Amino acid sequence: MNIILKNTIRFVVLVLIQVAILNNIQVSGFVNPYMYILFILLLPFEIPNWLLLLLSFILGLSIDVFSGTVGMHASACVFMAYVRPYVLNYLSLRDGYEVGTYPGIAHFGFVWFFKYALTLIVAHHSFLFVVEAFSFANFSETIMRIIFSTFFTLTLIITSQFLMFKK
Amino acid sequence: MKNLLHFIVRFHFTILFIVFEIFCLLLLVNYNNYQKSEFLNSSNAISGGIYQKVSSVTDYVSLAKTNEELNRENVRLRNLLHSSYKLTTDSSFVFLDTIYKQQYIYRTAKIINNSVNKQLNYITLNKGRIHGIEREMAVVTDNGVVGVVKSVSDNFASVISVLNDRLRISAKLKGNNYHGSLIWDGVDYRKAMLKDIPFHVKIAKGDTIVTSGYSAIFPEGLQLGVVDEVMTSSGSNFQNIKILLSNDFKSLSYVKVVGDLMKEERLKLEEEATE
Repeated sequence: MNIILKNTIRFVVLVLIQVAILNNIQVSGFVNPYMYILFILLLPFEIPNWLLLLLSFILGLSIDVFSGTVGMHASACVFMAYVRPYVLNYLSLRDGYEVGTYPGIAHFGFVWFFKYALTLIVAHHSFLFVVEAFSFANFSETIMRIIFSTFFTLTLIITSQFLMFKK
Repeated sequence: MKNLLHFIVRFHFTILFIVFEIFCLLLLVNYNNYQKSEFLNSSNAISGGIYQKVSSVTDYVSLAKTNEELNRENVRLRNLLHSSYKLTTDSSFVFLDTIYKQQYIYRTAKIINNSVNKQLNYITLNKGRIHGIEREMAVVTDNGVVGVVKSVSDNFASVISVLNDRLRISAKLKGNNYHGSLIWDGVDYRKAMLKDIPFHVKIAKGDTIVTSGYSAIFPEGLQLGVVDEVMTSSGSNFQNIKILLSNDFKSLSYVKVVGDLMKEERLKLEEEATE
């Protein structure tokens, strides 16, 4: 399938899942899984940096429009996109990344993907919840939110990888 | 110049990142300002439409509960009907319409999107401008206050919830009329804080908190909650009072939107007085 078409579909599906289902999951005010960032995780390696930032911005803004928090998710997504090349560089395999692959579990296995996803999810969630609270008062509360939500987002993302993106 | 271009090309990723972040934070700071957003919010055509679709599915799930609520309301209204009363004395009732002039007008609306888990929670209603909903109208239920209409489109309205730390509601203690402002501290969706009540006022657990009517948004005397806990901090002239909200924001479905027919007159007068 055409890579642009594939990513467009992924974009729409993930935003819909996030808005229609996951935004309604509210367990004791701590757990907000944000699975839509899977889109940024799975963008191909060859993507130019400016496009990466732009797409992440649009993705975050779409989520923002639905939850009435214009700029919040967008800023967290842009931050995550900024971190992504450095994480990829740090985690790079000895012989580099092959052309035509994307950073998914299907190509690089569970351990690699776990490390990759965890780092970026923590980056995104930390930024998001700190911006959301907009202060360092109640900081322990914010930390709790980050930890719990990271756990759930990671679980969802890895499960979805096993369910949908088989080789 | 050449060096500058060289610099920009070399660090374009970081520069672009910073530009995007500044743009996002500007959006964040400017857009969430109370009453400002017109375009990018949950009442615009696309997101409102999608929310309505989602709501039409989830409505089936809560049908039983909604029925029960409507039933209860029916019973309550039936009890108010004249036919349910028996005339016990010969005295007659006189209604003088020239003395009583209608001030508040109520409209029903249904919640099609709601959240309690964020720091800034908003609610979307299925009615908008063409149904007579306007900005700054109060949103209430039988149990108490829900929020204030933030922006409206033709068919939807977006409401800034009580569970949003950018909303302050002028509130008072029902017993002695001391007033302060109710604000959500972002921790628990069942609890909010009442600020600015002076130190010497005696408050007991269970005291009722109602709206003060000082703002032109809420009618006076709508229930907000009851006192849950009184905390005193040294060095402050005011008490921190934790309020148990009377509405359960997780189970809201139908609300009433309150319009004040005399609001313009009042605001105009207040404006003239401060000039």
